[in-house]
This record gives sequence, structure tokens and C-alpha cells, in this order.
Amino acid sequence: MMLIAVGTVSVAHYLIVGAILFTAGIACMAVKRNALGVLMGIELVLNGANLNFVAFGSSYLAGEGRASLGLDGEVMALFVILLAAAEAAVALAITLNFYNNHATVDVDRADDLRG
Amino acid sequence: MTECLLAATTWLLPFAAIDWHGLFFLLFAAIACGAAIMVVLTDNVVRMALHLVLSLGATAGLFFLAGSEFVGAMQLMIYVGGTLVLLVFGVMLTAQTQLVSLRTPAADRVLAGILAAALFAVLVQSAVSVEAWRRPGRAEVSAPTATPLGMALVGVRVDGDAAGHESRPLSGYLLPFEIVSVHLLVVLIGAAYLARAKRRRTPRAVELVASVDPPPPVQARSEAGESASVLVGGGR
Repeated sequence: MMLIAVGTVSVAHYLIVGAILFTAGIACMAVKRNALGVLMGIELVLNGANLNFVAFGSSYLAGEGRASLGLDGEVMALFVILLAAAEAAVALAITLNFYNNHATVDVDRADDLRG
Repeated sequence: MTECLLAATTWLLPFAAIDWHGLFFLLFAAIACGAAIMVVLTDNVVRMALHLVLSLGATAGLFFLAGSEFVGAMQLMIYVGGTLVLLVFGVMLTAQTQLVSLRTPAADRVLAGILAAALFAVLVQSAVSVEAWRRPGRAEVSAPTATPLGMALVGVRVDGDAAGHESRPLSGYLLPFEIVSVHLLVVLIGAAYLARAKRRRTPRAVELVASVDPPPPVQARSEAGESASVLVGGGR
């Protein structure tokens, strides 16, 4: 369907790769019991979204009849990378606290607040 | 002389016909998607981290291919070099034998698979449904993006007509830059506060010290209590 002929990489190819990364991240967040595995799923999701931002902002992939995002896409991608770093730092601190208190990183056992 | 050079370079001719951009796109996309799927499929958390490094590195390659080399470099430096080292650090701190691979029940796996398949169908459908997105790009190599990005982050736009919309004025990103930097500062202080070593003495630690030691002098006792509480807090 979307096989690549010579010189025809388009935005849709990037979107499909981004969709695969996003879906893998969602599945990772849903499946993993290790809190660090859930964190890795979040990183994959953010990375898939980032790929879409870069693809829409790229002037290399911009064609006729479609304005590219220009610099906005790359700046958004940079901000997403920075906020992902911040989110990973806080989530890792929370995970280590949880590990210190419960001696496990299994998110299924974080049910102290269950009513 | 020229004929000699031409004859010497004729073996290069088949390579000129290869679409290197598409070839490297396929290579990096295959690595990124395959490693992302392997992250989902493995249970061992160390291997998950390794596959995540592969996936994010290949995504940086895709950024380079899209012509935004500054974002690709930042992806390699911040994501692969910083965030993933942080994650591996967390893996090492919590890697006990029973925690390295936690099995997920099969019913949960099936449910997550159905969810992921439905989401993927929706995303791919919306990606290929717009005709303008399927057309190949102009494939003109743009100027390096580091200078426009740096100038835009301090509030000056130097990429006037590159974006293709001269009608509206372009604004810089000074305020979002400041917000993000203050956000990062607050988050790092908060993370250091959350993950600090706690030196409080829990009742169990005092009991432990009292049961192990004969009553020592006061000075030595408080030190032993502290080290025992750290031991209990970290290894319990």
C-alpha cells in the first residue's frame, strides 16, 4: 500500500512510524507491571508524537498544496524532549520512593489508597 | 586525465541510482519500530531499556533524515544520553531478582493487544486519509536549522519565508522558553527533594538496634541507629 518507490518519502510514512511508536508505548503502559516499564512506555508515546511534529515541520517533506509547520514543529519537538526529561526525573524519584516504602516496583501493589 | 578519472569512477554509477534517502528511511524506521515492539514484548526490564535506547536512537536518525538536524542532535544528547541513563540508573537501583522480570497475566496482554490494534487502525487510517500528506515532498535540502532555532528561542525570527506563511507575523518563543526553563528548575528541585535519603528513625529500626546491640554509649548509639534505619529503609 505505502511501499516506498524511489525518492518518495512523504509525511504519511513518518506518521505511520509515529503511529507504531505511539501504539507500542500505549501497549507498554497497559501491559507492564514494572513501574519503570510504564515509564518507558511514556517515553515511547512522547517520541511518537515528536516524530509527527518534526515531520510536519520539515521543509524537506513539505509539498505543494500543504504549508509546513516551519520552525514551530521543531521548537515543539525540543520542548517535548525537555519536558520528557523533567517528567522522567520526577517519575523516577516517585518510583524510588515507592521502592523504599514497599520494597517493590510492581504497580499492581500500589493500592494503599484503594477505598 | 579526465577519461582516467571517469573510468575510475564508473563503478560508482550503480550507487548513484539508489535512493539513499528512502533506503536510510526504511532502515531507521525498521529499527525504531522493531525495537519499540520488542520493548513491549520483553519482560526483562534491562532488555527493555536496551531496546528503548535502540528505538530512540533510530528515531534521531529519522529526525536527521527529515532535515531537522538540531532536534536530532538534542534527541541523542538529552533523550538517549540523559533520560535513558536516568532510567537505567533506576533499573539498577531496583533490580532485585524477583523484580527484573514481572510476568503479566495473559488476559491483560490480550486486552492490551486489542486496544493497541484498534488505536493503530485509527491512527493509520487518519494518516493515509489526507491526500496531501501522501505526496512526496519537494526534497529540497534546507539551510541548517540551528541558527533559526536559537534566534527564535531568544525572540527573533530569521526564517521569514521558509515557513510559507508571510501573511501573519511570526513570533519568537522567548516566553515559552522561559516557562520551560523555570519548569525544568522546579522539577529538578522537586525530584531531588523527593528522592533524598531520609534519615528519620522508625520504631522498627530502634527495636532492631536495641535487640542487636548491648546498650552502647549515647554517641555511638545514635550513629548506629542512623545507619540501621538507612539499611532498613533501603533493603526492606
